[in-house]
Amino acid sequence: MHRLKKIFATDSYIVPIVAVIMGFIVGAIVMLIGGYDPIAAYSSLFQRVFGSSYDFGEAIREMTPLMFTGLAVAFAFRSGMFNIGADGQVLIGMTAASLVGIKLSGMPTYLLVPLAVIAAGLAGGLWAGFAGYLKAKRGINEVITTIMLNWIALYLSNYIVKNFLLLEGQNRSVDNPASMSMTFLASAFDNARIHWGTVLALAAATFFYLYLWKTKQGYEMRAVGFNPHAAEYAGMNVGRNVVKAMFISGVFAGLAGAGEVLGVFHYQSIFAASPGYGFDGIAVALLGLTHPFGVILAAILYGMLTYGSAGMSFGADVPPELIRIVIGSIIFFIAAQGIVRWVLKPFYFKRKKEKVS
Amino acid sequence: MKKVYKLSLVMMLVFTVILAGCGNNNNTANSGNNATEGSNAGTATNAPATETPAEAPKSDVKVGLVTDVGGVNDKSFNQSAWEALEALNTESGVEIKYLQSKSNADYVPNLNQFVKGGYDLTWGIGFDLGDALKEVALANPDAKLAIIDSVVDAPNVESVTFAENEGSFLVGVVAGLTTKTNKVGFIGGMDSPVIKRFEVGFKAGVEAVNPNAEVTIMYAGAYDKPDTGKSMAATLYNAGNDIIFPAAGATGNGVFNEAKSRNDAGGTKVWVIGVDKDQSLEFGDDVTLTSMIKRVDEAVKKVSQQVVDGTFEGGKTTVLSLKDNGVGLPETSKANVTEDILAKVEEYKQKIISGEITVPSE
Repeated sequence: MHRLKKIFATDSYIVPIVAVIMGFIVGAIVMLIGGYDPIAAYSSLFQRVFGSSYDFGEAIREMTPLMFTGLAVAFAFRSGMFNIGADGQVLIGMTAASLVGIKLSGMPTYLLVPLAVIAAGLAGGLWAGFAGYLKAKRGINEVITTIMLNWIALYLSNYIVKNFLLLEGQNRSVDNPASMSMTFLASAFDNARIHWGTVLALAAATFFYLYLWKTKQGYEMRAVGFNPHAAEYAGMNVGRNVVKAMFISGVFAGLAGAGEVLGVFHYQSIFAASPGYGFDGIAVALLGLTHPFGVILAAILYGMLTYGSAGMSFGADVPPELIRIVIGSIIFFIAAQGIVRWVLKPFYFKRKKEKVS
Repeated sequence: MKKVYKLSLVMMLVFTVILAGCGNNNNTANSGNNATEGSNAGTATNAPATETPAEAPKSDVKVGLVTDVGGVNDKSFNQSAWEALEALNTESGVEIKYLQSKSNADYVPNLNQFVKGGYDLTWGIGFDLGDALKEVALANPDAKLAIIDSVVDAPNVESVTFAENEGSFLVGVVAGLTTKTNKVGFIGGMDSPVIKRFEVGFKAGVEAVNPNAEVTIMYAGAYDKPDTGKSMAATLYNAGNDIIFPAAGATGNGVFNEAKSRNDAGGTKVWVIGVDKDQSLEFGDDVTLTSMIKRVDEAVKKVSQQVVDGTFEGGKTTVLSLKDNGVGLPETSKANVTEDILAKVEEYKQKIISGEITVPSE
């Protein structure tokens, strides 16, 4: 009980909660100006998420890649790096899962699926690890390399799908026989596209926590994140830690890609633009205070907002443009936590005075 | 202790927001209908909301429409479909609603929202929705669905496709005879069978009347990127093309934008050929040479009307061609296209309808 109180009473947990509430209020004001009923809109947002078992399952589907990319960004962040390339790593993960799943389709499923998932993780890891290598060996800023690698990943994926996996006359690959769908839950969730990726994401978060806080290697990584010079002075190999951190970060993102291809679509589309999970992952990681369990909670919230937003247009006729403003303002307050702290400041002052007297 | 107190205050706030939301659900359903009308009219919500239900004849048929990522304001394809439903709404009071997809992961849940919400007909607009629509149709054999631009093989789906190659051939004829530089360009959305029909039809049309003309083909890779469209148009115009035919949804808006700013700056006169709708109404006669109209609106209206009348069959594929007036040039072409060229267009049109010319489609 004492521990629980400690977790919830820390001001770092109050700030994101207040940020979300302020975002909702600003969104409501925007809707009022636009002539829409914010209460009806928000209630239909929640209605869309919790209204039926199908929608709830689909909302979980929406959250899963955000959990992975959020973890990916957060992990790199803890080691002092800004992985903007999670998006590209997701795409590379997707492509690897498609390639393995489709090209080795003769294998029995219990071998094929793990193989495809491992391939996705490895590919994503190597993709990010490359940016880490350039940072460690040549000092090239990872923000630039990962952003550029996003574009390379997008067009490389499209090239591979188009030339090696294409279903004739369609804009997508042939069906992937490796399936991560949780078919035994299909009836419970009314055929929503629930898949093992969600379980994998929770496992990844646990790994994240245990690795960074309970192992020597994790300690080194965090030390590098806090102060690379001090870490080097203490005899840690900064370069190796940088590459390793980026690799693990990329593995998380690559697994998101595996979940999308093997669990949701069962094929890979040719993308006009990158799906954007990686960029949403940055917001998720920051909202979750780059703590693995915080990231999971943030992904749940973010996924609910994303999935539920269609309900606002269905239930309250808010046009999609306005919905994006509402969602955008919620994210804005989450990202700009300084504003929230400023709003909360009077409370803190009051408390200090009380303590003095 | 203070902290716990403060936290519980915050939590209470959260719960009040959520609970207040849940409590008002019943109102949502009612106000929903009215608000649809309001937002459609594009005016203040309150005024038309009180007016429309009184005027419109009552009908308890509900029709839903799922767009691709372009949205109903793309000034071409999706908008055309949505306007048809809006017309149906004023004519027979059919309840209508649309959902815009943010990514291709949204297609299935959006379609399901309508199907599970008891809508009498659910439209999927665009080739990209084919797979998703098929999945939903097979899982819900009692629901009625329809799709534009893709053929879905299911007993409860009506598919409508168009002979875009024939219409594009005719605008190709116009382009081939109008161009002064003997260079015309084509900008496609994504390299799919549908857009391919536009491309080859256009190319064949240009070559039929002007063998010296050079057709440059480019693909933007997206239907929702006007900025890409604008920069591609700049590339083509700089290379001496004076007419561009974009078949790329909202991406094409950027082409119009570029052409307009060039004409305003007073350089060489450049033209754009509109697509899907009569885009001269949207972008003006000074840049729109003509348009390759695809009567998505007619198709949407026809099939939706079948549901209203109870004659919807499903499992059919309708191909709308020149013969059915499913594709073609608008009346407004007269403004910029000369009499002689229009006569030529008419001549080719008859030849295509009679089968004397077969326009390639891939």
